[in-house]
Amino acid sequence: MSLTAAAATVAHTATTAAGATVAHTATTAAGATTTAADAHGFLSPTGVEIAFLLVGLVTLGAAIVTVTTRQLVHAALWLVVALGGLAVEYLLLTAEFIAWVQVLIYVGSVVVLLLFGLMLTRAPIGRSPDADSGNRWAALTVAIASAAALVWVVVDAFRTTWIDLDGAAAGSTEVTGKALFQNWVLPFEALSVLLLAALVGAIVLSRKAKATPATASTPSGLSVSAARSAKAANTTPANETPATETAPNEMPATETPDSGTADNGTPAGATADPDKGGAL
Amino acid sequence: MTTTTLAVLVPLLPFLGAAAGLLLGRTAPGFVRPLAVLPTLAAFVLAVLVALRQGGGRSIDAATELTPTGSVPIELALHIDGFAALVAVLVGLVATCVQIYSTGYLRDDARYPSYAALVSLFTSAMLLVVYSGDLMVLLVGWEIMGICSYFLVGHYWETPEARAASIKAFLVTKLGDVPFLIGIFALAVDAGSFRITTVLGAVASGGLDHPTLIALLLLAGVAGKSAQFPLHTWLPDAMAGPTPVSALIHAATMVAAGVYFIARLLPVFAASSAALLVMAVMAAVTMLGSGLAALAQDDIKRVLAYSTIGQLGYMTGALAVGDRGAAVFHLLSHGAFKALLFLAAGVIIHAAGTNSLAATSRMKGLRDRVPDAYWTMTVALLALAAIPPFSGFFTKEAVLGAAEHVATGHAEGIPGAAGWIVLVTGLLTALLTGAYAMRLWLLAFHGRGAEAPDHGKQPLAMNAVLWLLAVPSLAFGLATGALSDWFDGRDLTPTLTTSVLGTGLALVGGLVTYGAWKHTTALAARVPMGAVAAHPEGDAAQVEAEALASHAPAYGDVAAAPDPADPGRLLLGPLHRHAAVGFHLDAVYTTLFVRPVQAGASLVRFLDREVVDTYVHGAGAVPRLLGAAVRRAQTGNVQTYVSALLAGTVVLAVAAVLVATGA
Amino acid sequence: MHLTYPAVLSALLFCTGLYGVLARRNAILVLMSVELMLNAVNLNLVAFDVWLSRAAEETLHSGQALTLFTIAIAAAEIGIGLAIVLAVYRNRGTSDIDKLRDTAEGPDSDGPDSDGRGTDGLDSEALAAQKAEATA
Repeated sequence: MSLTAAAATVAHTATTAAGATVAHTATTAAGATTTAADAHGFLSPTGVEIAFLLVGLVTLGAAIVTVTTRQLVHAALWLVVALGGLAVEYLLLTAEFIAWVQVLIYVGSVVVLLLFGLMLTRAPIGRSPDADSGNRWAALTVAIASAAALVWVVVDAFRTTWIDLDGAAAGSTEVTGKALFQNWVLPFEALSVLLLAALVGAIVLSRKAKATPATASTPSGLSVSAARSAKAANTTPANETPATETAPNEMPATETPDSGTADNGTPAGATADPDKGGAL
Repeated sequence: MTTTTLAVLVPLLPFLGAAAGLLLGRTAPGFVRPLAVLPTLAAFVLAVLVALRQGGGRSIDAATELTPTGSVPIELALHIDGFAALVAVLVGLVATCVQIYSTGYLRDDARYPSYAALVSLFTSAMLLVVYSGDLMVLLVGWEIMGICSYFLVGHYWETPEARAASIKAFLVTKLGDVPFLIGIFALAVDAGSFRITTVLGAVASGGLDHPTLIALLLLAGVAGKSAQFPLHTWLPDAMAGPTPVSALIHAATMVAAGVYFIARLLPVFAASSAALLVMAVMAAVTMLGSGLAALAQDDIKRVLAYSTIGQLGYMTGALAVGDRGAAVFHLLSHGAFKALLFLAAGVIIHAAGTNSLAATSRMKGLRDRVPDAYWTMTVALLALAAIPPFSGFFTKEAVLGAAEHVATGHAEGIPGAAGWIVLVTGLLTALLTGAYAMRLWLLAFHGRGAEAPDHGKQPLAMNAVLWLLAVPSLAFGLATGALSDWFDGRDLTPTLTTSVLGTGLALVGGLVTYGAWKHTTALAARVPMGAVAAHPEGDAAQVEAEALASHAPAYGDVAAAPDPADPGRLLLGPLHRHAAVGFHLDAVYTTLFVRPVQAGASLVRFLDREVVDTYVHGAGAVPRLLGAAVRRAQTGNVQTYVSALLAGTVVLAVAAVLVATGA
Repeated sequence: MHLTYPAVLSALLFCTGLYGVLARRNAILVLMSVELMLNAVNLNLVAFDVWLSRAAEETLHSGQALTLFTIAIAAAEIGIGLAIVLAVYRNRGTSDIDKLRDTAEGPDSDGPDSDGRGTDGLDSEALAAQKAEATA
């Protein structure tokens, strides 16, 4: 309940900061009926709406930077901003439990996981000129077209619809918990099975290259060496370890099926698995 | 055995021999020669038996219906009268001689089995034509002969001349055979039957509706088969075949089939005086033109080929004046002596290693090398020139007598003009015949210059046959009195006027040629010429093939040679140039038929290549272009795919929204 | 609050993520864009759930429940996705999406995606066959 109170105070402070009297009249009128369009106007923003708009602009801006920046690590960091902005939007919509879940899972683990992924794939630090593929203009066209279509449809459909944010929080932990464990308990349990499956899947995928060393030793060795040579030709800056050092490390790893080779510092498998577990 | 059975066996035996020869030719080479000679010999003996039993009396008729056709029935019918019996004997005799001769002539030839089988098949077909009493069955034999002729003329298919000649022979005879087929159908429709006896009965009762049309259509086929003007041009070129083939097909039998056919159906032709006039003019042009052309040829066999055309012209002339007895009489004697001439010419070509008269006229002592050929050929040439008492005299005088009989108005229903035309041109041709016979004899055997090469003695099979054939050439005339019973009973003995005129003109022709030869032969030493075969030790067929192939390169033409010592050149004067190439008839054909056909073919080729193929290629190119475009879309880049997918989704969604909102 | 604001923001975020999915080269950045799209959907769900919880008498809070599910599934997806990307990176030495073109048609396939298992030979053979076909 303290969380709900905090959210309420945040909302109220935002409202008072924006300009009190107009907002109050608006919210009281909205309380009578949600479909009475004449009681509301497009140019009658409440404080919550203004805050929502500003945070939304920040979120959208961060998202756009995320998909356009040429620095890959920065993209992950801007993603943090966007996801955090969304968490604030959830708070403004009085869905506070989801907001915290958003912060915990997305900002806390998903982005970290993405950063791990970037590093494990030796993503270049700094500006990389080829971050965007040649498909950019087609992508831009499709994105703008779909944005126009969606915005048009959404605005056309809901231009006379208001959300009443007064009263009890719609997404407090209590409400959400009740709904989840009364009405949605079976899907919730099913979800846990799905997570387990994803866990197992991630492990299997990560260990696949070493799972059958005896039969596939020569082809996998060949493919690894081919990958090495292709990567060397890619002129990756190779910041911490040169490719020539890891290649002899991997070759015996593929030849001997002994489990003791895992501690040789293979880049992908052994270190990725605990991360998956932590993420889930 | 009944006469009918014997008669059926006559064509059947060579056919079985041909089939067995074709089947066993590779597996059992030892049987090939007996299989070639024995059935033909047996057919000859049986034909003689049939002729003796028939005896010139009533014709033998037998028929069995082959299959119900629904309209005009087709029957396996025999119709053996005196003509058929005697012509069958001639065919059997010549075919037997040729088969025996071929065993020596094509001694080492790798393709002898198929050659012998084809000759047997040919003999069978000719005998079928002779004995058949049904026009459709006759036509079957007629066409089998055509295809056998095609194969046999092209026996030396390694040489381009032989290939061209075989195709030409086939196409030109087919040019006549198509109207011939239509004519047979028209005749059968008018008469209501394919049976010859029924047809003749219908003609006698005036049942033919279109006699002139039918006669002219049939005449086209006859002109093609019997090498009459204007369809004769294939015969000189057909000399590119082996000499025995020339003797059998292109002298004695196949070319006689046309004449024999008219003789069988003479009432049909006689029903139309226009057809008789056309025949007379055709015969006249053929006789004169071939006589002149024969005087200008350099190839021995081409001289004989033009001579054959001329003698066939005599027969056609006899038929044009309505006397089939004289025609078939001349056919018989001509078949014998012309076969002899060809076979002897084969011996000469083998011995001299060349077929060029210009070359043999520069060889001394060739007659001593081939005495048999020399004497028999002399006999045959005398018969050809119609010098009494050789066989040709009696038969040719029968023709001239018949023409005179008509010209003086003693025959009813036959235009007198036809008689005059045949008589006058026949006498002129007698002069020309004497001239070219003398020229051939002088140039072939009385050459002066280097000694003739010695290629050893000819095989016995070849020489013996020559003497065998010399007998009828010499003595066939004695049968004149006995044979009149066989030929409609007309008297065939020569009349005084035509005998004196014809023999005198022939003698004049021979003497003038002799004088000219005396005058020109001195030039021969000054202009050395000649080319002989590269492998004189080979068998005769190989020598002949090489001689044929080398004639055009050595003398500039397959027919003529630029020989100033040729008496024919002196006699013909400015005409020689045209006569040597057959009076440019080939050029006319080239202009009239070959070029238009080739132009049409190139037009069709153009249409096919440029127009039809354009559509075909377009039909292929459009899908290929589409495929290339679609393939270009398959970049493997997932983002491209998803872009296209989402773009399509957006378009669909917008469209759905627009439709849903009624916009 | 006007419902249009969260709905439009959600649409714009979704399309931004869409652009990222279509335009980014690095597979991990594509995954980030997918996260953006998922979050846009989440925002929509939450906004409409809040609106519905006021407008309707009885509500199951399905929007929020589904948002939670989506978040969980997104987390699982990112785990699997990263595992796949890492596996691809280990095998191919790159995580660039537009270089993974094994499904490309014909001769357009270029170097890095044609792994060393003899597909080059197959490609050249197919090319020769095509040329022969074209000339025929």
